[in-house]
Amino acid sequence: MLNFLRRYWQALVRPSTSISLGVLTIGGFVAGIIFWGGFNTALEVTNTEAFCTSCHEMRDNVFVELQTTIHFTNRSGVRATCPDCHVPHEWTRKIARKMQASKEVWGHLFGTIDTREKFEEKRIDLAIHEWTRLKANDSLECRNCHSDESMDITRQSVRAAESHERFLFTGEKTCIDCHKGIAHRLPDMSQVPGWQ
Amino acid sequence: MLRHSIAFSFFVAIALLFFGLDRVAADNIATLRGPAPLIEQEEAPRMMPFNNNDIREVRNYPEQPPVIPHKTDGYIVDLNSNKCLSCHARSRTGESQAPMVSITHFMDRDGQFRASVSPRRYFCSQCHVSQREVKPLVENSFIDVDTLLLERAKQQ
Ligand code: HEC
Ligand code: HEC
Ligand code: HEC
Ligand code: HEC
Repeated sequence: MLNFLRRYWQALVRPSTSISLGVLTIGGFVAGIIFWGGFNTALEVTNTEAFCTSCHEMRDNVFVELQTTIHFTNRSGVRATCPDCHVPHEWTRKIARKMQASKEVWGHLFGTIDTREKFEEKRIDLAIHEWTRLKANDSLECRNCHSDESMDITRQSVRAAESHERFLFTGEKTCIDCHKGIAHRLPDMSQVPGWQ
Repeated sequence: MLRHSIAFSFFVAIALLFFGLDRVAADNIATLRGPAPLIEQEEAPRMMPFNNNDIREVRNYPEQPPVIPHKTDGYIVDLNSNKCLSCHARSRTGESQAPMVSITHFMDRDGQFRASVSPRRYFCSQCHVSQREVKPLVENSFIDVDTLLLERAKQQ
């Protein structure tokens, strides 16, 4: 047995003599696909509403609130799920966000928001993180679904059309400047500009 | 005499109970829930969308809280935030071009004008509501005061 292991180890560390280069490359390629695929599959699994709401912190607070909003049920039958608004699509940014999310696992383990009261208290900080992120990327996640090119303002309400024409199409403001709290209840807004 | 009148009232009460109830059932008085018998449920009327054209409606009398000419579903007004004031607050009207919240709303119950909306006027939807185009459940014979004055002037 020990002998077998030693031989196996030697085969692994020594440059190959018996296996052809072709087999090696193809093997490596296949293994790569499997590994890469597995990695991305794992990423996909963590990119679902079911995954996000598997933590009670997310399920009992933000998820229940989302359920009464237009992004959960609407006449078009299109649902925006948590990752649609919170996780970037582009691969490198997605990975960056996932690394950041390790803070959430930490928070979960140490119970930073494990009661409604703690959540309410911390909510303003969490919300500001999200607003800052969306402001910095010009509301990219919103624009993955809503774009100003395909927005026909003649079919919008007067209020919507006028605001979008004055501030959105001129690039003066971005979605999150005006549409805070579209998916969840808001934290105490008394310190936030434009609110009271 | 007293005994007599008690007996009489009793008689009347019994009579009313029997004949009165009978009348109610027979008359089929339409209540707000419609003419369907109590054990049945009438088909609900279709839901109409909110009026959302931003055209202000005439007030029926000067003190009437104006109705809202747009939809407000999903707008939250609670301890944390007030979505209405995010457009109608004094400082927000330049950007939103919305009418400013009435100055009367800055007055507290002691008649003092405060710097911002007084707590007793904070919950907007207690007085202001969005409208739908529906048939009123109860007929309304309200006549606006200008119409009344006009009628009077014509009569004289
Ligand atoms: C392990 C449990 C858990 C899971 C699973 C989870 N969250 Fe969280 N989430 C938390 C905790 C705990 C916090 C608070 C972290 C803190 O205290 O800063 C948090 C915070 C957040 C925040 C605020 C981030 C910030 O920058 O402050 C967002 C947004 C969020 N979660 C979205 C999501 C989304 C989207 C998913 C699914 C992809 C998800 N969460 C899955 C536990 C979880
Ligand atoms: C997954 C796609 C998706 C994403 C991401 C998304 N939305 Fe939406 N949004 C929708 C759909 C679908 C509707 C409902 C359309 C309808 O039926 O009227 C909607 C409706 C809206 C409305 C109209 C609300 C109303 O009451 O009429 C606003 C405002 C809005 N979204 C803003 C945003 C903002 C801001 C973001 C980014 C934080 C965002 N959306 C992200 C799909 C999305
Ligand atoms: C200057 C502020 C402002 C900006 C920036 C803005 N909106 Fe709006 N939007 C409004 C207002 C005001 C309304 C009408 C009131 C409402 O629906 O709450 C509106 C309404 C909407 C509606 C509903 C349309 C209707 O007819 O009811 C959608 C969808 C929407 N916005 C999406 C977006 C998206 C997506 C972005 C970013 C690409 C964006 N808005 C940026 C102010 C803004
Ligand atoms: C339509 C886009 C949208 C969807 C869908 C959405 N969120 Fe959010 N979320 C936001 C925005 C925008 C904020 C920033 C705060 C605000 O404006 O309400 C936010 C804030 C948060 C926060 C920070 C705390 C807070 O309330 O501010 C958490 C945690 C969070 N979201 C988790 C989730 C989870 C979990 C889901 C899925 C159940 C989800 N979100 C679905 C747009 C969305």
